[in-house]
Amino acid sequence: MASVLLAENQEPGFSFENCRRNAFLAKKGNALPKATKTGTTIVGIIFKDGVILGADTRATEDTIVSDKNCSKIHYLAKNMYCCGAGTAADTEVTTQMICSQLELHRLSTNRDIVPVVTACKFLKQMLFRYQGHIGAALVLGGVDNTGPHLYSIHPHGSSDKLPYTTMGSGSLAAMAVFEAGWKPELTEEEGKLLVRNAIAAGIFNDLGSGSNIDVCVIRRGSVDYIRPYETANLKGEKQMSYNFKKGTTAVLDVKTVPIIIEDVVVHHTGESAVESMDTSS
Amino acid sequence: MTKRVNTTKMAQFGSDAFAAKSFWHNGPAPGASYNFPNMRSSSGEEEMQRSQTPITTGTSVLGLKFDNGVIICADTLGSYGSLARFRDCQRVMKVNNNIAVGVGGDYADFQYLKRVIDQKIMDEHIADDGFALKPKALYTWLTRVMYNRRNKFDPLWNNYVVGGMQEGVPFLGAVDLRGMAYQDRHIATGYGSYIALPLLRDAADKNPNMSLQQAKEIMEKCLEVLYYRDARSFPKYQMAIVTAEGVTVSDVLEVKSNWEVAHMISGF
Repeated sequence: MASVLLAENQEPGFSFENCRRNAFLAKKGNALPKATKTGTTIVGIIFKDGVILGADTRATEDTIVSDKNCSKIHYLAKNMYCCGAGTAADTEVTTQMICSQLELHRLSTNRDIVPVVTACKFLKQMLFRYQGHIGAALVLGGVDNTGPHLYSIHPHGSSDKLPYTTMGSGSLAAMAVFEAGWKPELTEEEGKLLVRNAIAAGIFNDLGSGSNIDVCVIRRGSVDYIRPYETANLKGEKQMSYNFKKGTTAVLDVKTVPIIIEDVVVHHTGESAVESMDTSS
Repeated sequence: MTKRVNTTKMAQFGSDAFAAKSFWHNGPAPGASYNFPNMRSSSGEEEMQRSQTPITTGTSVLGLKFDNGVIICADTLGSYGSLARFRDCQRVMKVNNNIAVGVGGDYADFQYLKRVIDQKIMDEHIADDGFALKPKALYTWLTRVMYNRRNKFDPLWNNYVVGGMQEGVPFLGAVDLRGMAYQDRHIATGYGSYIALPLLRDAADKNPNMSLQQAKEIMEKCLEVLYYRDARSFPKYQMAIVTAEGVTVSDVLEVKSNWEVAHMISGF
């Protein structure tokens, strides 16, 4: 039974079992609940010593902000993190599934560090299998034994290997900042500032992105997961106390009604009272 | 020729055309459009719909105010769908000594309006009364024209950026094909609004009173980024600069692009 250690072998072909059921239910009036979209700005760059990933923290349901501070940088392995844009459930579950697949792979190949390209392969093979129905657009970054790597993966299963990339609704604003400011061999401080500026461009110019800036720096052997890196949109401080003073509402009458609780407690005594746990076998 | 009530409008030749009347009853009248009895009319509208699709188009136009003037720039491409057909279309024009206009969208609609504006300026010269058209006046007039065309379902499919000096103060405004108009310190139309506007906003926030040289640099940077990321852009462009001294439309300049990053990309 090799499947205990190996990742489960995926069946070939497309698995659309539930699509017909969903269409039938929708016609009957039970439409699927609207997916929470992340409507996002996510970015990644390669700098001198590794990879820096950045993301905003707003999750939207159409035009409402459903989560003001969600986490879009997901853990895949100790040397790899993945930012996700698109349908929030899809990005969360897909990265979790590939995270566990990677751990099983790591154990079965007896390595300490799994190559980043392995995660990219797992992700895009799964997304292609679902033909774009899984709405997950990902920016995958990590450092392995061959150096830092950065991939952008689209919902239909294509991937690009790039030195800097952006995804999500704010990607054009963020990419403008990168095209104007990225150069090879950036230092860590320059890289963090560039990523911060790109996410800020997304937050302030795109309505689907907002709130804070999260940053994750991945180097060979160490990771800084900085959440939040910057709180760009703080709620305004209340200038006065809005509590009403005692006595604002006049008290006309006081009536005290004691609540009497009758409680019956039964104590069992004797040997049959205490049951012991069966700890054999 | 007798004229009867409740008969068709067909001409009646001499005597009772009783057979003709029943034959042509409710039939087509000469000169009028005829609705065939068994055909459903598609929308109930008498006239043809005339909201067009743009054919030869220009992409983004950028505008920026600096300390003592305004810059408007646009590349020199007239796209024919996905074909880069006309590579020397001038999309920024000088109107008079204190107004410049940049245009994106359908080039034919711009050429029509350019004639109208040029005629306006000519009429002013002829009147010779010392009055010169001001940028805000042109901007307001343009808004009215665009809005009224839109209400007739026959828009001029354009995005205009109007810049100039209004009584010594820099003026910058934009009007779109629906007649939506606004004024701001920085303007970008088309793809520029997604790609260049974040850069223009950031530069203007950091440096509210920039000089002409700084403004030119940020505009060149924006055009460079647009050349990288807009699939309907072109590396050649023109700038119109309006100051108290007047309007200059530059020669055709070229974007300095850096493709060194290509060496770092391999595999997928």
